[in-house]
Amino acid sequence: MSGAMAPAGGVERDQGRNRGRDRGLDRRRRLRDGLATLLCGLATVLVLLALFSILATLVWNGIGGLSVATLTRVTAPGGENGGLLNPIVGSVIQVALATLLGAPIGIAAGIFLAEYGAGSPFATAVRFISDMLLSAPSILVGLFVYLLLVAPVRHFSGYAGIVALAILVIPIVVRTTEDMLRLVPLSMREAAAALGAPRWKVVLLVCVRAAAGGMATGVLLAVARIAGETAPLLFTSLGNLNWSTRLGAPMASLPVTIYQYAGSAFDDWVQLAWTAALLITAGVLLLNMGARFALRRRGER
Amino acid sequence: MSQSVRTATWPAAASAGGARPSGFGDPLFGLLVRLCGLLVLLLIGGIMLVMAFGGREAFSTFGLGFLWSPAWNPVTNRFGALAPVYGTIVTAVIGLLIAVPFAFGVAFCLTEMAPRWLAGPLGTAVELLAAVPSIIFGMWGFFVIVPAMARHVQPLLRHSLGQLPLLHTLFSGPPFGTGLLTAGLILAVMITPFVAAVMRDVFNSMPAVLKESAYGLGSTRWEVMRLVVLPWSRQAVIGGIMLGLGRALGETMAVTFVIGNTNRISASLFSPGNTIASLIALEFPESAAGSLKLSSLLALGLILMLISFVTLFCSRLLLRRGA
Repeated sequence: MSGAMAPAGGVERDQGRNRGRDRGLDRRRRLRDGLATLLCGLATVLVLLALFSILATLVWNGIGGLSVATLTRVTAPGGENGGLLNPIVGSVIQVALATLLGAPIGIAAGIFLAEYGAGSPFATAVRFISDMLLSAPSILVGLFVYLLLVAPVRHFSGYAGIVALAILVIPIVVRTTEDMLRLVPLSMREAAAALGAPRWKVVLLVCVRAAAGGMATGVLLAVARIAGETAPLLFTSLGNLNWSTRLGAPMASLPVTIYQYAGSAFDDWVQLAWTAALLITAGVLLLNMGARFALRRRGER
Repeated sequence: MSQSVRTATWPAAASAGGARPSGFGDPLFGLLVRLCGLLVLLLIGGIMLVMAFGGREAFSTFGLGFLWSPAWNPVTNRFGALAPVYGTIVTAVIGLLIAVPFAFGVAFCLTEMAPRWLAGPLGTAVELLAAVPSIIFGMWGFFVIVPAMARHVQPLLRHSLGQLPLLHTLFSGPPFGTGLLTAGLILAVMITPFVAAVMRDVFNSMPAVLKESAYGLGSTRWEVMRLVVLPWSRQAVIGGIMLGLGRALGETMAVTFVIGNTNRISASLFSPGNTIASLIALEFPESAAGSLKLSSLLALGLILMLISFVTLFCSRLLLRRGA
């Protein structure tokens, strides 16, 4: 290009030099591009390797302990063939009740953000804080609930664990509920309002029904998240090595049992920890994959 | 645009509903959802207030000196926040230093390099890594990474980087395998998928025409990324990194397994330490109710809450939806 501007006598030589320089520049650009591609590809492979290593370790160590006996026996002192029944039941109870407690609050707050809060500073603040709660340290939620529900009555309880997990459910459900409601076309609201439906009926019977699938997916994601949470349960439901389904007493859970058993000196306890880890990870990842798959399919429709 | 339409539409719909005889369901429902919104707002304030209330004894006993006292001695009842705060920040920074290049690489791979059929499963794999519970990272770190660090990585670092004059103190000391460096590494594995997911979404949200113009001028993929995509998305990328930092600061279970549990400040990255979260997880169960130690742990909880609040606040400000 610049060769065309050069005086006639030097055109030939100038172009030649430019072409050489262009080729050099070109090669350097290609080289840089290739290097970046290589490094980024390598980074991705390493991240995938980490995931693979985690899953392989879990399966390798955990699958050996997976048996009917493990799933049906109650935890026992080291060396006495204990199982994982009470942690499994405890986890199911706490996760289910926490979801029942947290999801409606989250859905209501999400409805507020999507349907009532357009442009109001209060709604903006709620949305902002809820997004922050999404990443807040979960151990602090445990401390908070400890001070509110455990310290005053002086004993740990399943109730406290449920409340702690419910607090973690709320921001996840708020986020997905709002996002899903925003996908509902305005014309549907207008049509319902034109028929004379009061606003709450429009919201509940038209908007929420249209967005129900997506909202359910959000609840599933929340279940997947809290099923593996350990830190908020340490000071609330504490864990329990005996069979107990009383909500007023300390309650076992899979993550806390993993924490108690993983570093122990008994081989069978360590084995149980691996099996529990395999169970919880398989459950969490399957829930997660199912939820994301459902979300993606809805998004494509 | 849709928002302005909605605010114009809704009041009409609401008043139409209000005019009906059975219209008192409307204010009731409105009140209910507003209360739930308020509850979310109250939660974060409540957490801080309750934590401050629980830690009042520590603050009144040690004063502001609690913040920079390196002591943590249950025997003499002397407590200070410096050692766990130092551990928290050092591990989070190590985690971030490792995670950011990896996250960028993954995001670049997912948005620019991978063909469509590969980008989907690859993205799912990264999301799955983000969904693995933190206690699993802790176990994996304890049984897989710690031995590898002790046997291979730490001796190697000591004999290479540890020989350099300035880095000598960072990479010295016995290679136990546990410690600040290992905790930082586990944190890096944990936050990489989060930061990568944010970066991917940000890169994807860029108007395609900008990228296409750059490609049309003959740019290579890397040039498009460095000269077009990154400058355009800088703010949100920093927001994503801050989000990762927020996660790393408050992470508990993964760190607790590999940090080594010592309340000393040592310049070496191989030395064991504690983060605020791991110290709380490890020592809270053995603190008597009403003791000064418990109060100090709650005061530490307040400090962690404030640190992560500021970090997440900045992150959300930078990532604000629609910003």
